[in-house]
Amino acid sequence: MPATVTPNRVEPDRRHHLEDHDNGSGRRPPTDKRTGGGGDNDNWDRSRGNYGPRERLRRARMGVFFAIASDLMFFVAIVSTFFVNQSTGHINVYNQYVNDWTPTAVPRILWFNTLVLLISSLTMEMARRQMFREHDAMDEWLGLGKPITRRTIPWLIATIILGLAFLAGQWTAWRQLAAQHVFFRTNQSSHFFYLITGVHAVHLFLGIAILIAAFTGLYLSRQLETRQIIVDSASWYWHAMGLLWIFLFALLAFCQ
Amino acid sequence: MTLPNQQVLSPKLYTRLFTTDHRIIGLQYLALALFSVTIGTLLSLVMRIHLVWPTWPLPLHGLILPEDYLAVVTLHGTIMLFFVLTTAPQAGFGNLILPSQLGARHMAFPVLNALSFWTTAAALITLLSSPLVPNGAAISGWTAYPPLSAVAAAGPGQGLGMDLWLVSISLFALASTASSINILTTIIRNRCPGLTWDRLPLTVWGWFTAALLSLIAFSVLLAALLLLFCDRHCGTGFFVPTGDLVNGVLHRGANGSPLLWLHLFWFFGHPEVYIAILPGMGLTSMLLANFSRRRPFAYRTMIYTTLLIGLLGLLVWGHHMFVSGLNPFASSAFSVSSIAIAIPATAKVLSWLATIWRAKPQYTTAMLFSLGFVSLFIAGGLTGPILAQPILDQYLNNTLFVVAHFHLIMAMAGVFGLFAATYYWFPQISAALGKPNLILSESLGRWHFWITILAAYAVFLPMHLSGLAGEPRHYAQLTTGSLTPTTALLARTIPANLHTTYSAFVLAAAQLLFFYNLVRTLLRGTPAPENPWQSTTLEWHPQFTNPFFPLPASDEETEKIIVYRDPCHYHAPPSGTIFIPQWMPDASIDPKPE
Ligand code: HEM
Ligand SMILES: [Cu+2]
Repeated sequence: MPATVTPNRVEPDRRHHLEDHDNGSGRRPPTDKRTGGGGDNDNWDRSRGNYGPRERLRRARMGVFFAIASDLMFFVAIVSTFFVNQSTGHINVYNQYVNDWTPTAVPRILWFNTLVLLISSLTMEMARRQMFREHDAMDEWLGLGKPITRRTIPWLIATIILGLAFLAGQWTAWRQLAAQHVFFRTNQSSHFFYLITGVHAVHLFLGIAILIAAFTGLYLSRQLETRQIIVDSASWYWHAMGLLWIFLFALLAFCQ
Repeated sequence: MTLPNQQVLSPKLYTRLFTTDHRIIGLQYLALALFSVTIGTLLSLVMRIHLVWPTWPLPLHGLILPEDYLAVVTLHGTIMLFFVLTTAPQAGFGNLILPSQLGARHMAFPVLNALSFWTTAAALITLLSSPLVPNGAAISGWTAYPPLSAVAAAGPGQGLGMDLWLVSISLFALASTASSINILTTIIRNRCPGLTWDRLPLTVWGWFTAALLSLIAFSVLLAALLLLFCDRHCGTGFFVPTGDLVNGVLHRGANGSPLLWLHLFWFFGHPEVYIAILPGMGLTSMLLANFSRRRPFAYRTMIYTTLLIGLLGLLVWGHHMFVSGLNPFASSAFSVSSIAIAIPATAKVLSWLATIWRAKPQYTTAMLFSLGFVSLFIAGGLTGPILAQPILDQYLNNTLFVVAHFHLIMAMAGVFGLFAATYYWFPQISAALGKPNLILSESLGRWHFWITILAAYAVFLPMHLSGLAGEPRHYAQLTTGSLTPTTALLARTIPANLHTTYSAFVLAAAQLLFFYNLVRTLLRGTPAPENPWQSTTLEWHPQFTNPFFPLPASDEETEKIIVYRDPCHYHAPPSGTIFIPQWMPDASIDPKPE
């Protein structure tokens, strides 16, 4: 062997995954199995390469994860602006340095809203878990109807309703502020209140669109993997938005 | 899902245009960048002509007024930085080559990929339509500093033109974020069996780091653009200070600060320049190694320096603000972090030099352009640590000295990286077009290289001197025209300016050779042997270079590509040079003749 060739470090690591119930006898049931991929997995002698169900799911999750990470940077930028703006003053006509930041009182309904969003995260998680019940997956694989879809739908509908309730509550909060003559352009603090809640509401609106898409997907798609991916991705996005809201709400309620 | 080959050869225009095949999308990005670079170059010629002959009337337009000049600067910078140096290396060659270098047949999210491209195209169309609206295009530079950018009355073009600029760049930021999500996921999850992290080619590391940076930086830019939009249309004042007098109108009530925009913008802006250059750095490492028939010197260290440059790139944005206003302590901190970037950058240069040291490399056109990249990177890099010292920058900021710095290190080095990529990967480009293994003419390429590099230096080296003499950037009609104290002061720079303008014409004209070469080869080129550069990386695997290779109907049945070693294995037995591709099993390597 030429000296320049590095020893093959992957080969010796090969293992058979009997714990995956893989006896190599043809197509395996669509349960959560390791199928290789990602280059550095140690079971790449399997025939399905990067295209097993588990790889598709993990790929989609990773995409959602990166999207959320970049979205987080978006909010980090806005929140930094909030702190900078809050702490800077200016020189007035009498040559005094003043800071006339007047906090915007957070409407009560937002507390209730927060609770609604938290519960919606729970229902979403329930929906997600229904997608991965091995028992039902086996039933589907054997052709016994679509038990997974049947079990998931109610939780998904509950999430959509709670999400819409949150948006309605948000709308009410804006109306209440407007009734107190606090508008977007009123003062620095109100700029941020409307901006932050507004941008978050847009994200939730998108989230509801995604949930509705998942809902239709559950009906239309026959492939279990595809349905799992849609619901799984939607749920991580939804959780991220819920978590983000807690931070944003804490910022608006306690840090003004 | 359709497989690449079916789409390439599909006769229907619709399927070819709105394809989800990454190779075609890569070509679409490259075509978009080629179109953009042509427009950007023409705009730069307009600026150069105006600077030395200010009374020259632009055809179809007339005399160039100072505000017209600013609009041209803004368009030039925006087009070049976003639509050329961000799209071509990262999205263009990233799509065309990256999946094959991973041994993957698809990007992770093909539909998202197509969406990213079409969003980018929409962004370009929006930007190019801005000069046509009443009052013309925005005039606030690619950095869009407020209050000029925040107040519509601040100047012509700051109304609708500026809004279009905002829309265009927002679309671009969204598309780039989506595209980097795709690239990151593809690299992490779609590598073929055996392709472990330490076996990835350095080009992949370049794309990976650049994608990480885009993911972080473009969302911050998007937030900044949103805030700016609110300032312009929703009565906020995030970036407008109280009592600001703009064009006779006093702005009260707002309590913002333009410096806030600078922080947000440069938090994006500095990583952006690394997004433009990192893929080129990775390519340079690989090409120098391939044509020297050696491993890149200190391969692992090069991986770490790539990541380190990315990390430090996020921490240095303040060096663009030394003069605009920064707490002196912050200035020192940013100065130190900026100069620290010189360490991994120097390590890269040393590795490049050590790789070719006494290697008797093969001077193909791609190799020449890579060497040109190294040369330009050194020439432009030397002025970096100078500008990174607040005291020196006090004087040099906003002079042509800065223009010289970033054109050498980013613009020219970036473009040289693109040329190297085009000459090297042309067989791949032609394969994606259904004509495998065409090579650009080497003799034309050599002429192209020598004229380009000499003209590039001729254009940008004198700018250091006129910058030192005090010639500011972004100003029209300074050195000529009516006699003012400034014209008297800058009269000395007229010869340098004339020289620069003439050289710019030579530089632009040399690119006609390149165009001619492209067209001629595509129309009448003869196929070269497979893997013409004897490369070791996966994009040269026969399955990828031959568009007629019979691909089975489903992903699961495709013949597996397996990687057995890291890239760049060459050895030279008496019988001649042998190269060992990454995909060749150990068993098929003949024993070394001792
Ligand atoms: C040794 C590493 C480097 C250092 C220390 C450095 C330092 C600096 C400094 C201090 C400035 C600001 C000058 C001013 O505005 O007064 C600057 C501007 C700039 N640099 Fe660098 N630089 C380095 C490498 C790079 C690289 C690798 C690129 C691109 C690939 C680049 C692109 C730019 C650009 C585009 C500008 C001008 C931005 C503008 O104002 O429009 N620099 N550099
Ligand atoms: Cu910088």
